[in-house]
Amino acid sequence: MTIKHILKLCLLLLIFSCASTHISKIEGKRIDINDSLATSQTIEDFISPYRTHINKNMDSIISYAPKTYSKMDGDLNTAIGNLMADAVFSESNPVFNKRTQKNIDFTLLNHGGIRSIISKGDVTIRSAFGVMPFENSVVVVAIKGTQVNEMMEYLSKAKRAHPISHQLQLTLDKNSAVSSAKVHGEPIDVNRTYYIATNDYLYNGGDGMTFFRPNEGKYVLNYKIRDVLIDNFKKKDTLNPKIDQRFIKLED
Amino acid sequence: MKRRHFIQKSTAATVLASVGGLGLQSFSPAKTKKITILHTNDVHSHIDPFGPEDGRNANKGGVARRASLIESIRQENPNTLLLDAGDIFQGTPYFNYYGGELEFKLMSMLKYDVATIGNHDFDNGIDGLYAQIPHAKFEFVSANYDFSNTVMDTHVNPYKIIVRDGIKIGIFGLGIQLDGLVNKDMYKETVYHDPIEIAQDMSRILKEEQSCDLVICLSHIGYYYKNNPDKVSDINVARATKDIDLIIGGHTHTFLPKPTIEKNSIGKNVLVNQVGCFGLYLGKVDFYFESGKGVSAEGASIIV
Repeated sequence: MTIKHILKLCLLLLIFSCASTHISKIEGKRIDINDSLATSQTIEDFISPYRTHINKNMDSIISYAPKTYSKMDGDLNTAIGNLMADAVFSESNPVFNKRTQKNIDFTLLNHGGIRSIISKGDVTIRSAFGVMPFENSVVVVAIKGTQVNEMMEYLSKAKRAHPISHQLQLTLDKNSAVSSAKVHGEPIDVNRTYYIATNDYLYNGGDGMTFFRPNEGKYVLNYKIRDVLIDNFKKKDTLNPKIDQRFIKLED
Repeated sequence: MKRRHFIQKSTAATVLASVGGLGLQSFSPAKTKKITILHTNDVHSHIDPFGPEDGRNANKGGVARRASLIESIRQENPNTLLLDAGDIFQGTPYFNYYGGELEFKLMSMLKYDVATIGNHDFDNGIDGLYAQIPHAKFEFVSANYDFSNTVMDTHVNPYKIIVRDGIKIGIFGLGIQLDGLVNKDMYKETVYHDPIEIAQDMSRILKEEQSCDLVICLSHIGYYYKNNPDKVSDINVARATKDIDLIIGGHTHTFLPKPTIEKNSIGKNVLVNQVGCFGLYLGKVDFYFESGKGVSAEGASIIV
């Protein structure tokens, strides 16, 4: 054994004798990610084809808007809200009918769910993403007329332009109480089952909408609201939605 | 160059000071080891940097920049771990078009080690998350989500142990209550368990049974709910447990300028950190280890 071996042995013994490891110091900070940092070219080159594809697709023109439509324009119904609710009805009903041989009665969405304006000019896929950036999808719920009446009460109290499709006509009196509520021109029948198209957020009680439960059935169409809008806009040369009489308040 | 020189110098000074201190106490030599923990949370598909016109985050963020930063930190210290605290998905068209594929591929290229699962990671349903798993070369941890009756079964572990430079690091995951936050059709049969009890269990397993030198909780339960202080949060987990060294959080998009130092159930320090959202910041926590007989961890100095 040389002196080297002895030293090595000593070192080993020491390591074994002090096996416990402990934290002696901790340093914590956050680092800004900003344009002072170099860009990794490998990463940039990897992202690039994805970005190009998305931009090309997002900027493809699917319709035209003669005016700018905002959810702030209108009292109890807005052009953009009417456009969305009618689109959900007309795109979802064929899917629902094919599966169930039944028809949707009308659509109810929420005012807060309109996330952006539609600007005057070319309407692109990007416009649809702006209006509906989330993944919410269409749900058709079967509820009794009594619950449809609860929905009317809710709408009268909410005093917001929650989008409804044109099959429903809701009129409030000057005190904002329900004056008349008709579906397909008929008063609501408390004994009848109605099929309401809405989104999964509202079905789950979002915005305090409790009238979808209990229910007589729930049909998940696996159809995203955004895709509804894209499919609907593609069918139209020009979007020409209007504020109309579907949800109004009488002034005297 | 100057900066690096300075760092080397200050590290050397620390080592000297520690050796001196130990020498008097135990007459045993000490070697300082350094483990660097890098972390992000709530990146929400923000792959590109914000543009110059952005009202709030102009010219901030971007994965390609984060990549070069992480690379330079790894060159400084190869014993670096990179972690993400969930909500990887949802927020830009990259997610809408590719369902999270690009997010996972990029995180793999950046060599993320471990991630936990946030509520938005269920946005395309648990099947949508499962579909992207093949693109992830990193691992998922969640100790309080029971995925046994879902497609994610076997793809998520309660914890992951990684050994770097002989230091044993245990990382366990915590997820937020899904009921009321995520549609049941999306999370399906995922079962949520109380994070506090699970964290108490996990820290015991990692510290006592697995003898980890460093215990990290990777959480997506939220930093702290001021208006609902009893709601389970990272701060409450820190206070109700022992043996956790660091909680890396997410969900509440809390921009902490520096880690919070909280006292655990036996009065020891726990670091709680969260770096806001959208990849605007990278969190960095360096742990220095000494090996020596009979020296407890209580002396750890914390510089934040």
